[in-house]
Amino acid sequence: MRYSAFGLIKEALSGHKGWRPQWRDAAPKPAYDYVIIGGGGHGLATAYYLAKEFGGARIAVLEKGWIGGGNVGRNTTIIRSNYLLDGNEPFYEFSLKLWENLEQDLNYNAMVSQRGILNLIHSDAQRDAARRRGNAMILNGSDAELLDTAGVRAMYPFLNFDDARFPIKGGLLHRRGGTVRHDAVAWGYARGADQRGVDIIQNCEVTGLRIDGGKVCGVETSRGYIGAGKVGVSVAGNSSRVMALAGMRLPIESHVLQAFVSEGLKPFIPGVITYGAGHFYCSQSDKGGLVFGGDIDMYNSYAQRGNLPVVEDVVESGMSLIPALGRARLLRSWGGIMDMSMDGSPFIDKTHIDGLYFNGGWCYGGFKATPAAGYCFAHLLKTDRPHETATAYRLDRFMTGRMIDEKGQGAQPNLH
Amino acid sequence: MIINHPLLGPRDAQEFTYLGDAGLMNRPYWLSETALQQFHDYLYLRQNPAGEHRELWFHEQGDRSWLVVTRNTVTHEILKVELARDVALANRAANTPQEALQ
Ligand SMILES: Cc1cc2nc3c(=O)[nH]c(=O)nc-3n(C[C@H](O)[C@H](O)[C@H](O)COP(=O)(O)OP(=O)(O)OC[C@H]3O[C@@H](n4cnc5c(N)ncnc54)[C@H](O)[C@@H]3O)c2cc1C
Repeated sequence: MRYSAFGLIKEALSGHKGWRPQWRDAAPKPAYDYVIIGGGGHGLATAYYLAKEFGGARIAVLEKGWIGGGNVGRNTTIIRSNYLLDGNEPFYEFSLKLWENLEQDLNYNAMVSQRGILNLIHSDAQRDAARRRGNAMILNGSDAELLDTAGVRAMYPFLNFDDARFPIKGGLLHRRGGTVRHDAVAWGYARGADQRGVDIIQNCEVTGLRIDGGKVCGVETSRGYIGAGKVGVSVAGNSSRVMALAGMRLPIESHVLQAFVSEGLKPFIPGVITYGAGHFYCSQSDKGGLVFGGDIDMYNSYAQRGNLPVVEDVVESGMSLIPALGRARLLRSWGGIMDMSMDGSPFIDKTHIDGLYFNGGWCYGGFKATPAAGYCFAHLLKTDRPHETATAYRLDRFMTGRMIDEKGQGAQPNLH
Repeated sequence: MIINHPLLGPRDAQEFTYLGDAGLMNRPYWLSETALQQFHDYLYLRQNPAGEHRELWFHEQGDRSWLVVTRNTVTHEILKVELARDVALANRAANTPQEALQ
Protein backbone atom coordinates (compact mmCIF):
# COMPACT_ATOMS: atom_id res chain seq x y z
CA MET A 1 0.00 0.00 0.00
CA ARG A 2 1.40 3.40 -0.96
CA TYR A 3 0.77 6.25 1.42
CA SER A 4 -0.60 9.52 0.04
CA ALA A 5 -2.56 12.57 1.15
CA PHE A 6 -5.57 11.21 -0.74
CA GLY A 7 -5.32 7.85 1.07
CA LEU A 8 -5.07 9.61 4.41
CA ILE A 9 -8.23 11.63 3.77
CA LYS A 10 -10.03 8.51 2.59
CA GLU A 11 -9.09 6.61 5.75
CA ALA A 12 -10.00 9.58 7.94
CA LEU A 13 -13.48 9.62 6.42
CA SER A 14 -13.99 5.86 6.63
CA GLY A 15 -12.97 5.29 10.24
CA HIS A 16 -9.36 4.21 9.62
CA LYS A 17 -10.43 0.64 8.91
CA GLY A 18 -8.33 0.16 5.78
CA TRP A 19 -4.79 0.35 7.17
CA ARG A 20 -2.78 -2.85 6.72
CA PRO A 21 0.28 -4.16 8.60
CA GLN A 22 3.42 -2.55 7.21
CA TRP A 23 5.42 -5.74 6.90
CA ARG A 24 4.68 -9.47 6.96
CA ASP A 25 5.42 -11.46 10.10
CA ALA A 26 7.63 -13.90 8.17
CA ALA A 27 8.53 -17.41 9.37
CA PRO A 28 12.09 -18.59 8.71
CA LYS A 29 12.71 -20.52 5.48
CA PRO A 30 15.38 -23.25 5.40
CA ALA A 31 17.93 -21.10 3.56
CA TYR A 32 18.67 -17.63 2.18
CA ASP A 33 21.33 -16.05 -0.02
CA TYR A 34 21.83 -13.31 2.56
CA VAL A 35 21.09 -13.43 6.27
CA ILE A 36 21.37 -10.14 8.15
CA ILE A 37 21.62 -10.54 11.93
CA GLY A 38 20.00 -7.65 13.81
CA GLY A 39 16.76 -5.86 12.99
CA GLY A 40 17.89 -2.38 13.98
CA GLY A 41 18.10 0.56 11.60
CA HIS A 42 21.37 -0.67 10.13
CA GLY A 43 20.24 -4.26 9.55
CA LEU A 44 16.93 -3.23 7.99
CA ALA A 45 18.57 -0.56 5.80
CA THR A 46 21.12 -3.14 4.65
CA ALA A 47 18.35 -5.54 3.63
CA TYR A 48 16.43 -2.73 1.92
CA TYR A 49 19.37 -1.52 -0.19
CA LEU A 50 20.46 -5.08 -0.96
CA ALA A 51 17.02 -5.83 -2.31
CA LYS A 52 16.60 -2.50 -4.07
CA GLU A 53 19.96 -1.49 -5.47
CA PHE A 54 21.74 -4.77 -5.84
CA GLY A 55 18.97 -6.97 -7.19
CA GLY A 56 16.82 -10.03 -6.55
CA ALA A 57 18.20 -12.33 -3.93
CA ARG A 58 16.66 -14.28 -1.07
CA ILE A 59 17.23 -12.07 1.97
CA ALA A 60 16.25 -12.39 5.63
CA VAL A 61 16.69 -10.13 8.64
CA LEU A 62 16.83 -11.98 11.97
CA GLU A 63 15.95 -10.01 15.08
CA LYS A 64 16.08 -11.47 18.58
CA GLY A 65 13.37 -9.16 19.94
CA TRP A 66 11.20 -6.84 17.89
CA ILE A 67 12.55 -4.56 15.19
CA GLY A 68 13.33 -1.08 16.37
CA GLY A 69 13.63 -2.14 20.03
CA GLY A 70 17.38 -1.57 20.09
CA ASN A 71 19.40 1.59 19.72
CA VAL A 72 17.52 2.75 16.66
CA GLY A 73 14.60 3.44 18.99
CA ARG A 74 16.69 4.63 21.94
CA ASN A 75 18.86 7.40 20.57
CA THR A 76 18.55 11.17 20.65
CA THR A 77 17.76 11.26 16.90
CA ILE A 78 20.49 13.65 15.76
CA ILE A 79 21.71 13.43 12.17
CA ARG A 80 24.61 15.48 10.85
CA SER A 81 27.55 15.55 8.52
CA ASN A 82 30.06 17.62 10.48
CA TYR A 83 33.02 15.30 10.78
CA LEU A 84 36.62 16.35 10.26
CA LEU A 85 38.68 13.44 8.97
CA ASP A 86 38.99 12.13 5.41
CA GLY A 87 37.93 8.62 6.38
CA ASN A 88 34.70 9.96 7.88
CA GLU A 89 33.31 13.13 6.31
CA PRO A 90 32.56 11.76 2.80
CA PHE A 91 30.71 8.84 4.40
CA TYR A 92 28.56 10.99 6.68
CA GLU A 93 27.87 13.44 3.85
CA PHE A 94 26.70 10.50 1.72
CA SER A 95 24.47 9.49 4.62
CA LEU A 96 22.99 12.99 4.97
CA LYS A 97 22.20 13.03 1.25
CA LEU A 98 20.37 9.72 1.65
CA TRP A 99 18.45 11.17 4.61
CA GLU A 100 17.44 14.17 2.49
CA ASN A 101 15.76 11.82 0.02
CA LEU A 102 14.68 9.12 2.46
CA GLU A 103 10.98 9.87 2.75
CA GLN A 104 10.45 10.10 -1.01
CA ASP A 105 12.46 6.93 -1.49
CA LEU A 106 10.59 4.94 1.19
CA ASN A 107 7.19 6.64 0.75
CA TYR A 108 7.24 6.92 4.53
CA ASN A 109 7.06 9.84 6.92
CA ALA A 110 10.18 9.62 9.08
CA MET A 111 9.92 13.29 10.09
CA VAL A 112 13.36 14.11 8.69
CA SER A 113 13.83 17.65 10.00
CA GLN A 114 16.87 19.67 8.94
CA ARG A 115 16.53 22.09 11.81
CA GLY A 116 20.24 22.92 12.05
CA ILE A 117 22.92 21.94 14.54
CA LEU A 118 24.94 24.46 16.47
CA ASN A 119 28.22 23.37 18.09
CA LEU A 120 29.08 25.98 20.70
CA ILE A 121 32.54 27.53 21.00
CA HIS A 122 33.96 28.58 24.37
CA SER A 123 37.60 29.46 23.71
CA ASP A 124 39.96 30.71 21.01
CA ALA A 125 41.37 27.21 20.56
CA GLN A 126 37.87 25.82 20.05
CA ARG A 127 37.20 28.53 17.47
CA ASP A 128 40.33 27.52 15.53
CA ALA A 129 39.22 23.88 15.68
CA ALA A 130 35.69 24.82 14.56
CA ARG A 131 37.03 26.85 11.63
CA ARG A 132 39.19 23.94 10.53
CA ARG A 133 36.29 21.51 10.88
CA GLY A 134 33.98 23.84 8.97
CA ASN A 135 36.49 24.06 6.11
CA ALA A 136 36.86 20.26 6.04
CA MET A 137 33.08 19.96 5.87
CA ILE A 138 32.76 22.47 3.04
CA LEU A 139 35.58 20.79 1.09
CA ASN A 140 33.60 17.56 1.30
CA GLY A 141 30.39 19.11 0.02
CA SER A 142 28.73 19.73 3.38
CA ASP A 143 27.74 23.12 4.81
CA ALA A 144 29.15 25.11 7.72
CA GLU A 145 28.92 28.66 9.06
CA LEU A 146 30.99 30.22 11.81
CA LEU A 147 28.93 32.39 14.16
CA ASP A 148 30.20 34.96 16.66
CA THR A 149 28.62 35.50 20.07
CA ALA A 150 26.03 37.90 18.68
CA GLY A 151 25.09 35.37 16.02
CA VAL A 152 24.48 32.71 18.67
CA ARG A 153 22.62 35.18 20.87
CA ALA A 154 20.26 36.01 18.04
CA MET A 155 19.33 32.31 17.71
CA TYR A 156 19.31 31.23 21.35
CA PRO A 157 19.06 34.28 23.67
CA PHE A 158 18.33 32.11 26.73
CA LEU A 159 21.71 30.36 26.85
CA ASN A 160 24.11 31.12 29.69
CA PHE A 161 26.52 33.35 27.73
CA ASP A 162 28.58 34.62 30.65
CA ASP A 163 29.35 31.37 32.41
CA ALA A 164 32.62 31.95 34.28
CA ARG A 165 34.19 28.74 33.08
CA PHE A 166 32.72 28.27 29.61
CA PRO A 167 31.54 31.65 28.26
CA ILE A 168 29.95 31.29 24.81
CA LYS A 169 32.26 32.78 22.18
CA GLY A 170 30.42 31.62 19.08
CA GLY A 171 29.36 28.49 17.31
CA LEU A 172 29.74 26.32 14.24
CA LEU A 173 26.35 26.09 12.54
CA HIS A 174 25.54 23.14 10.28
CA ARG A 175 22.16 24.00 8.81
CA ARG A 176 21.53 20.70 7.03
CA GLY A 177 21.91 18.69 10.22
CA GLY A 178 18.86 17.99 12.34
CA THR A 179 16.71 15.21 13.73
CA VAL A 180 14.66 12.26 12.47
CA ARG A 181 11.90 10.29 14.16
CA HIS A 182 14.06 7.30 15.07
CA ASP A 183 11.61 4.39 15.26
CA ALA A 184 9.96 5.45 12.01
CA VAL A 185 13.34 4.84 10.38
CA ALA A 186 13.20 1.19 11.40
CA TRP A 187 9.55 0.88 10.33
CA GLY A 188 10.09 2.65 7.02
CA TYR A 189 13.04 0.50 6.06
CA ALA A 190 11.22 -2.64 7.25
CA ARG A 191 8.23 -1.80 5.07
CA GLY A 192 10.42 -0.98 2.08
CA ALA A 193 12.43 -4.19 2.47
CA ASP A 194 9.31 -6.30 2.96
CA GLN A 195 7.78 -4.87 -0.23
CA ARG A 196 10.87 -6.07 -2.06
CA GLY A 197 10.52 -9.61 -0.71
CA VAL A 198 12.81 -9.50 2.33
CA ASP A 199 11.71 -11.80 5.18
CA ILE A 200 11.76 -9.90 8.47
CA ILE A 201 11.86 -12.53 11.20
CA GLN A 202 11.32 -11.27 14.73
CA ASN A 203 11.80 -13.16 18.01
CA CYS A 204 14.61 -15.07 16.33
CA GLU A 205 17.86 -14.89 18.25
CA VAL A 206 21.05 -16.05 16.57
CA THR A 207 22.78 -18.41 19.01
CA GLY A 208 25.48 -19.89 16.79
CA LEU A 209 27.29 -19.50 13.48
CA ARG A 210 27.91 -22.65 11.51
CA ILE A 211 31.32 -22.43 9.88
CA ASP A 212 32.74 -25.19 7.70
CA GLY A 213 36.28 -25.14 6.30
CA GLY A 214 36.69 -21.41 6.93
CA LYS A 215 33.37 -20.59 5.26
CA VAL A 216 30.11 -19.64 6.90
CA CYS A 217 27.18 -21.82 5.83
CA GLY A 218 24.37 -20.84 8.16
CA VAL A 219 23.17 -19.66 11.55
CA GLU A 220 21.72 -21.47 14.56
CA THR A 221 18.75 -19.58 15.95
CA SER A 222 16.11 -19.86 18.65
CA ARG A 223 13.81 -20.83 15.74
CA GLY A 224 16.08 -23.50 14.28
CA TYR A 225 18.93 -23.69 11.79
CA ILE A 226 18.88 -21.36 8.78
CA GLY A 227 21.27 -21.89 5.88
CA ALA A 228 22.97 -18.80 4.43
CA GLY A 229 25.24 -17.94 1.53
CA LYS A 230 26.47 -14.79 3.21
CA VAL A 231 25.92 -13.53 6.75
CA GLY A 232 26.06 -9.86 7.70
CA VAL A 233 26.23 -9.00 11.40
CA SER A 234 24.72 -5.67 12.44
CA VAL A 235 23.84 -5.97 16.12
CA ALA A 236 24.98 -2.63 17.64
CA GLY A 237 26.03 -3.10 21.31
CA ASN A 238 26.06 -6.88 21.06
CA SER A 239 28.81 -7.14 18.43
CA SER A 240 31.34 -8.78 20.75
CA ARG A 241 28.85 -11.47 21.78
CA VAL A 242 27.75 -12.35 18.26
CA MET A 243 31.22 -12.25 16.71
CA ALA A 244 32.48 -14.44 19.58
CA LEU A 245 30.24 -17.14 18.06
CA ALA A 246 32.79 -17.13 15.21
CA GLY A 247 35.69 -17.13 17.66
CA MET A 248 36.56 -13.49 16.97
CA ARG A 249 37.66 -10.86 19.45
CA LEU A 250 36.95 -7.26 18.45
CA PRO A 251 38.50 -3.87 19.24
CA ILE A 252 35.25 -3.00 21.03
CA GLU A 253 33.83 -2.54 24.53
CA SER A 254 30.10 -2.30 25.29
CA HIS A 255 29.03 0.77 27.24
CA VAL A 256 25.69 2.27 28.22
CA LEU A 257 24.59 5.72 27.05
CA GLN A 258 21.53 7.37 28.55
CA ALA A 259 18.97 9.67 26.99
CA PHE A 260 16.47 12.00 28.67
CA VAL A 261 13.13 13.58 27.84
CA SER A 262 11.43 16.40 29.73
CA GLU A 263 7.74 17.21 29.95
CA GLY A 264 6.22 18.88 26.91
CA LEU A 265 6.93 22.63 26.65
CA LYS A 266 6.04 25.32 24.15
CA PRO A 267 8.55 25.45 21.28
CA PHE A 268 11.67 27.40 22.24
CA ILE A 269 14.62 25.40 20.89
CA PRO A 270 14.22 25.31 17.12
CA GLY A 271 17.42 23.38 16.35
CA VAL A 272 19.97 21.15 18.02
CA ILE A 273 22.50 22.64 20.43
CA THR A 274 25.69 20.83 21.38
CA TYR A 275 27.91 21.90 24.23
CA GLY A 276 31.19 20.06 23.87
CA ALA A 277 32.86 21.58 26.93
CA GLY A 278 30.26 20.20 29.32
CA HIS A 279 29.34 17.33 27.03
CA PHE A 280 25.64 17.96 26.64
CA TYR A 281 23.36 18.11 23.61
CA CYS A 282 19.74 19.09 23.39
CA SER A 283 16.87 19.47 20.94
CA GLN A 284 13.11 19.80 21.31
CA SER A 285 10.83 17.18 19.88
CA ASP A 286 7.79 18.10 17.83
CA LYS A 287 5.66 17.14 20.84
CA GLY A 288 7.54 19.70 22.94
CA GLY A 289 9.72 17.48 25.12
CA LEU A 290 13.35 18.45 25.49
CA VAL A 291 15.45 15.54 24.29
CA PHE A 292 18.97 15.53 25.67
CA GLY A 293 21.98 13.47 26.60
CA GLY A 294 25.59 13.60 27.65
CA ASP A 295 28.39 11.26 28.67
CA ILE A 296 28.39 7.49 28.67
CA ASP A 297 28.38 5.79 32.07
CA MET A 298 32.11 5.01 31.57
CA TYR A 299 32.28 1.33 32.46
CA ASN A 300 31.45 -1.83 30.51
CA SER A 301 27.74 -2.55 30.61
CA TYR A 302 25.08 -4.63 28.91
CA ALA A 303 22.33 -3.42 31.24
CA GLN A 304 20.27 -1.19 28.86
CA ARG A 305 19.78 1.16 31.77
CA GLY A 306 22.01 3.77 33.31
CA ASN A 307 22.95 4.77 36.80
CA LEU A 308 22.04 7.90 38.77
CA PRO A 309 25.45 9.63 38.96
CA VAL A 310 25.38 10.18 35.20
CA VAL A 311 21.79 11.44 35.36
CA GLU A 312 23.01 14.07 37.80
CA ASP A 313 26.07 14.88 35.71
CA VAL A 314 24.11 15.35 32.47
CA VAL A 315 21.45 17.48 34.12
CA GLU A 316 24.12 19.63 35.80
CA SER A 317 25.89 20.37 32.54
CA GLY A 318 22.54 20.99 30.91
CA MET A 319 21.61 23.54 33.55
CA SER A 320 24.98 25.25 33.28
CA LEU A 321 24.16 25.92 29.63
CA ILE A 322 20.37 26.37 29.75
CA PRO A 323 19.49 27.57 33.27
CA ALA A 324 15.77 27.38 32.39
CA LEU A 325 16.12 23.61 32.19
CA GLY A 326 15.93 23.60 35.99
CA ARG A 327 12.26 24.55 35.81
CA ALA A 328 11.29 21.61 33.59
CA ARG A 329 10.32 18.22 34.90
CA LEU A 330 12.27 15.22 33.67
CA LEU A 331 9.79 12.64 32.45
CA ARG A 332 11.89 9.71 31.33
CA SER A 333 15.41 8.44 30.96
CA TRP A 334 16.69 5.20 29.53
CA GLY A 335 19.89 3.60 28.31
CA GLY A 336 21.15 1.85 25.21
CA ILE A 337 24.18 -0.37 24.78
CA MET A 338 26.76 0.76 22.29
CA ASP A 339 29.88 -0.70 20.78
CA MET A 340 32.61 1.68 21.83
CA SER A 341 35.46 1.06 19.41
CA MET A 342 39.08 1.77 20.27
CA ASP A 343 39.41 4.87 18.09
CA GLY A 344 35.76 5.93 18.22
CA SER A 345 35.15 5.03 14.56
CA PRO A 346 33.09 2.22 13.06
CA PHE A 347 33.75 -0.93 11.04
CA ILE A 348 32.19 -2.09 7.78
CA ASP A 349 34.34 -4.97 6.67
CA LYS A 350 34.73 -8.59 5.61
CA THR A 351 36.11 -10.93 8.22
CA HIS A 352 38.75 -13.62 7.70
CA ILE A 353 35.87 -16.13 7.56
CA ASP A 354 34.49 -16.49 4.05
CA GLY A 355 30.95 -15.16 3.79
CA LEU A 356 30.95 -13.47 7.21
CA TYR A 357 30.71 -9.68 7.23
CA PHE A 358 30.66 -7.18 10.07
CA ASN A 359 29.08 -3.76 10.56
CA GLY A 360 29.51 -2.29 14.05
CA GLY A 361 31.52 -0.13 16.41
CA TRP A 362 29.28 2.90 15.85
CA CYS A 363 29.71 4.20 19.39
CA TYR A 364 27.06 6.85 20.09
CA GLY A 365 27.00 8.13 16.50
CA GLY A 366 25.48 5.35 14.45
CA PHE A 367 21.96 6.66 14.01
CA LYS A 368 22.96 9.37 11.54
CA ALA A 369 24.92 6.69 9.70
CA THR A 370 21.90 4.39 9.23
CA PRO A 371 21.21 4.99 5.51
CA ALA A 372 24.86 5.05 4.42
CA ALA A 373 25.86 2.16 6.67
CA GLY A 374 23.00 0.11 5.19
CA TYR A 375 23.94 1.10 1.67
CA CYS A 376 27.67 0.49 2.12
CA PHE A 377 27.17 -2.79 3.98
CA ALA A 378 24.83 -3.98 1.23
CA HIS A 379 27.45 -2.97 -1.34
CA LEU A 380 30.12 -4.93 0.51
CA LEU A 381 27.91 -8.00 0.96
CA LYS A 382 27.00 -8.03 -2.71
CA THR A 383 30.30 -7.10 -4.38
CA ASP A 384 32.91 -8.06 -1.76
CA ARG A 385 34.40 -4.59 -2.25
CA PRO A 386 34.00 -1.63 0.11
CA HIS A 387 31.87 1.28 -1.06
CA GLU A 388 34.05 4.25 -2.00
CA THR A 389 32.94 6.26 1.05
CA ALA A 390 33.61 3.41 3.50
CA THR A 391 37.09 2.25 2.55
CA ALA A 392 38.63 3.33 5.86
CA TYR A 393 36.36 1.28 8.12
CA ARG A 394 38.62 -1.77 8.23
CA LEU A 395 38.95 -4.20 11.12
CA ASP A 396 42.74 -4.37 10.74
CA ARG A 397 43.34 -0.64 10.99
CA PHE A 398 44.91 -0.89 14.45
CA MET A 399 47.48 -3.34 13.12
CA THR A 400 48.26 -1.24 10.06
CA GLY A 401 48.29 2.07 11.95
CA ARG A 402 45.37 3.55 9.98
CA MET A 403 43.18 4.52 12.92
CA ILE A 404 40.47 7.15 12.44
CA ASP A 405 40.81 9.03 15.69
CA GLU A 406 38.20 11.73 15.07
CA LYS A 407 38.31 13.02 18.65
CA GLY A 408 42.04 12.54 19.21
CA GLN A 409 41.40 10.45 22.33
CA GLY A 410 43.61 7.47 21.49
CA ALA A 411 42.75 3.88 22.07
CA GLN A 412 40.55 4.33 25.13
CA PRO A 413 36.96 3.50 24.23
CA ASN A 414 35.46 5.12 27.30
CA LEU A 415 36.96 8.48 26.31
CA HIS A 416 35.35 8.65 22.88
CA MET B 1 27.34 1.41 42.61
CA ILE B 2 29.17 0.84 45.87
CA ILE B 3 32.66 -0.64 45.70
CA ASN B 4 33.73 -2.43 48.84
CA HIS B 5 37.36 -1.30 49.08
CA PRO B 6 39.48 -3.99 50.83
CA LEU B 7 41.23 -1.37 53.02
CA LEU B 8 38.72 1.46 53.29
CA GLY B 9 35.35 -0.29 53.25
CA PRO B 10 32.33 0.67 51.13
CA ARG B 11 32.96 3.58 48.74
CA ASP B 12 30.85 5.25 46.10
CA ALA B 13 31.96 4.27 42.60
CA GLN B 14 32.05 7.98 41.76
CA GLU B 15 35.34 8.25 43.69
CA PHE B 16 36.97 5.97 41.12
CA THR B 17 38.02 6.17 37.52
CA TYR B 18 37.62 3.13 35.33
CA LEU B 19 40.32 1.72 33.11
CA GLY B 20 38.84 -1.48 31.71
CA ASP B 21 39.60 -5.18 31.48
CA ALA B 22 41.89 -6.37 34.29
CA GLY B 23 43.82 -8.28 31.60
CA LEU B 24 45.55 -4.94 30.98
CA MET B 25 47.77 -5.78 33.98
CA ASN B 26 49.41 -8.53 31.96
CA ARG B 27 51.64 -6.75 29.46
CA PRO B 28 53.05 -9.01 26.77
CA TYR B 29 56.72 -9.87 26.87
CA TRP B 30 58.37 -7.23 24.68
CA LEU B 31 61.17 -9.52 23.41
CA SER B 32 58.85 -12.29 22.34
CA GLU B 33 58.97 -13.40 18.68
CA THR B 34 55.32 -12.46 18.31
CA ALA B 35 55.49 -9.22 20.31
CA LEU B 36 53.90 -7.11 17.55
CA GLN B 37 50.79 -9.27 17.33
CA GLN B 38 50.64 -9.67 21.10
CA PHE B 39 50.83 -5.94 21.75
CA HIS B 40 48.14 -5.30 19.13
CA ASP B 41 45.84 -7.79 20.81
CA TYR B 42 46.72 -6.47 24.27
CA LEU B 43 46.09 -2.84 23.37
CA TYR B 44 43.03 -3.12 21.15
CA LEU B 45 41.14 -6.40 21.40
CA ARG B 46 38.72 -7.11 24.24
CA GLN B 47 36.78 -10.13 25.45
CA ASN B 48 33.95 -7.75 26.45
CA PRO B 49 31.74 -10.38 28.13
CA ALA B 50 28.08 -9.98 29.06
CA GLY B 51 28.28 -11.29 32.61
CA GLU B 52 31.25 -11.56 34.96
CA HIS B 53 34.05 -9.15 34.12
CA ARG B 54 37.30 -8.49 36.01
CA GLU B 55 38.21 -4.85 35.63
CA LEU B 56 40.56 -2.15 36.90
CA TRP B 57 39.28 0.75 38.99
CA PHE B 58 41.57 3.54 40.27
CA HIS B 59 40.64 5.17 43.58
CA GLU B 60 41.52 8.61 42.26
CA GLN B 61 39.61 10.62 44.86
CA GLY B 62 40.60 8.31 47.68
CA ASP B 63 43.79 6.45 48.53
CA ARG B 64 44.90 6.26 44.86
CA SER B 65 45.09 2.49 44.94
CA TRP B 66 44.26 0.31 41.95
CA LEU B 67 41.59 -2.32 42.50
CA VAL B 68 40.53 -5.39 40.58
CA VAL B 69 36.74 -5.43 40.71
CA THR B 70 34.77 -8.48 39.57
CA ARG B 71 31.44 -7.15 38.36
CA ASN B 72 28.50 -8.49 36.40
CA THR B 73 28.11 -6.28 33.33
CA VAL B 74 24.45 -7.23 32.90
CA THR B 75 23.23 -6.61 36.46
CA HIS B 76 26.01 -4.24 37.67
CA GLU B 77 26.37 -6.46 40.76
CA ILE B 78 29.85 -6.39 42.29
CA LEU B 79 31.01 -9.85 43.25
CA LYS B 80 34.57 -9.35 44.47
CA VAL B 81 37.06 -6.54 45.11
CA GLU B 82 40.83 -7.08 45.42
CA LEU B 83 43.86 -4.82 45.57
CA ALA B 84 45.46 -4.92 42.12
CA ARG B 85 48.83 -5.18 43.86
CA ASP B 86 47.79 -8.44 45.55
CA VAL B 87 46.52 -9.80 42.25
CA ALA B 88 49.78 -8.89 40.49
CA LEU B 89 51.90 -10.47 43.21
CA ALA B 90 49.80 -13.63 43.17
CA ASN B 91 50.12 -13.80 39.37
CA ARG B 92 53.87 -13.45 39.63
CA ALA B 93 54.13 -16.15 42.28
CA ALA B 94 51.95 -18.54 40.30
CA ASN B 95 53.70 -18.23 36.95
CA THR B 96 57.19 -18.32 35.54
CA PRO B 97 58.12 -14.71 34.69
CA GLN B 98 57.52 -15.05 30.93
CA GLU B 99 54.15 -16.70 31.30
CA ALA B 100 53.14 -14.09 33.82
CA LEU B 101 53.66 -11.58 31.05
CA GLN B 102 51.55 -13.42 28.47
C1 LIG C 1 21.00 7.04 24.31
C2 LIG C 1 21.58 7.00 22.93
C3 LIG C 1 21.63 8.18 22.17
C4 LIG C 1 22.16 8.16 20.89
N1 LIG C 1 22.09 9.31 20.14
C5 LIG C 1 22.50 9.29 18.86
C6 LIG C 1 22.33 10.46 18.05
O1 LIG C 1 21.77 11.47 18.49
N2 LIG C 1 22.79 10.41 16.78
C7 LIG C 1 23.39 9.31 16.26
O2 LIG C 1 23.83 9.36 15.11
N3 LIG C 1 23.52 8.18 16.99
C8 LIG C 1 23.09 8.13 18.28
N4 LIG C 1 23.19 6.98 19.04
C9 LIG C 1 23.82 5.78 18.45
C10 LIG C 1 22.88 5.01 17.54
O3 LIG C 1 21.63 4.86 18.14
C11 LIG C 1 23.47 3.61 17.25
O4 LIG C 1 24.82 3.71 16.88
C12 LIG C 1 22.75 2.94 16.10
O5 LIG C 1 21.36 3.07 16.22
C13 LIG C 1 23.15 1.45 16.07
O6 LIG C 1 22.66 0.73 14.95
P1 LIG C 1 21.27 -0.07 14.89
O7 LIG C 1 20.23 0.95 14.75
O8 LIG C 1 21.27 -1.07 13.84
O9 LIG C 1 21.27 -0.80 16.30
P2 LIG C 1 20.06 -1.50 17.08
O10 LIG C 1 18.78 -0.81 16.83
O11 LIG C 1 20.51 -1.68 18.47
O12 LIG C 1 20.00 -2.88 16.31
C14 LIG C 1 20.71 -4.04 16.66
C15 LIG C 1 19.70 -5.15 16.79
O13 LIG C 1 20.38 -6.40 16.87
C16 LIG C 1 19.60 -7.24 17.67
N5 LIG C 1 20.41 -8.37 18.11
C17 LIG C 1 21.43 -8.38 19.01
N6 LIG C 1 21.92 -9.61 19.18
C18 LIG C 1 21.20 -10.43 18.37
C19 LIG C 1 21.23 -11.83 18.09
N7 LIG C 1 22.11 -12.65 18.71
N8 LIG C 1 20.33 -12.33 17.20
C20 LIG C 1 19.43 -11.52 16.57
N9 LIG C 1 19.37 -10.20 16.81
C21 LIG C 1 20.24 -9.65 17.69
C22 LIG C 1 19.13 -6.34 18.80
O14 LIG C 1 17.98 -6.86 19.44
C23 LIG C 1 18.86 -5.03 18.05
O15 LIG C 1 17.50 -4.87 17.69
C24 LIG C 1 22.69 6.96 20.34
C25 LIG C 1 22.66 5.78 21.10
C26 LIG C 1 22.09 5.79 22.38
C27 LIG C 1 22.04 4.50 23.15
